[in-house]
Amino acid sequence: MSNKIKIDKCAITNNIRKLRFMANEMTQQDLADKTGVTRQTIVAIENGKYFPTLELAFRIARVFETPLDQVFEFQFIPSEKS
Amino acid sequence: MDTKEKQILVTIVNTILIFAIYAYYVYDRYLIDNPELLNDSSFWGKTFLVLIPVAILAQIVLHIIFAIINGILTRETMDIITDERDKLIELKAIRISHWLFTFGFLLAMGSQALGMETWVMFVTLVASGFISGIVSESAKIYFYRKGV
Repeated sequence: MSNKIKIDKCAITNNIRKLRFMANEMTQQDLADKTGVTRQTIVAIENGKYFPTLELAFRIARVFETPLDQVFEFQFIPSEKS
Repeated sequence: MDTKEKQILVTIVNTILIFAIYAYYVYDRYLIDNPELLNDSSFWGKTFLVLIPVAILAQIVLHIIFAIINGILTRETMDIITDERDKLIELKAIRISHWLFTFGFLLAMGSQALGMETWVMFVTLVASGFISGIVSESAKIYFYRKGV
């Protein structure tokens, strides 16, 4: 009997671009300054090239005064059955 | 290209320049007339001990010069902040550098185990240090572009 646990792949997306637009077109530099990171890190997060730590994720959510799950979304991608 | 990537490129170019100039200096000043120094451990010890502070000082000076020239030409300021992404990229690059240098160290020890001359070990150590440095800096550029 196999005890292997099958874990689906997951995808994390974010709504930072939309939230910046709704926050009076906040610039990436403004968001970077308010969260204490570089603009390049904000660019990388927006483009899905970097997933921030929980601390930074909460900092970003706090800037937009919105719950964390409004900023980042987590989805399971069902794996194909062989 | 952002300022972080420019700084890394400057580090790579500086490393190659410093290494090439220092290697030429040591060869021209000491080895050309006394090739027997190649197998003198004391000579290699002094060469390494002088190279480290010289390389650090030269990197600092060349980075300051780059910051001034870059500031005049582009009116950009250098990033002073090192955030969590920078630290993660730094750690990944250090890991690559560590493995490469360890491989070079094993090759250097292997050369002695096989009875090769002493200078082979020291040259292998210098080369592995140089290559691991260049590769780890290049890896940083890769991680900044591709993502981590």
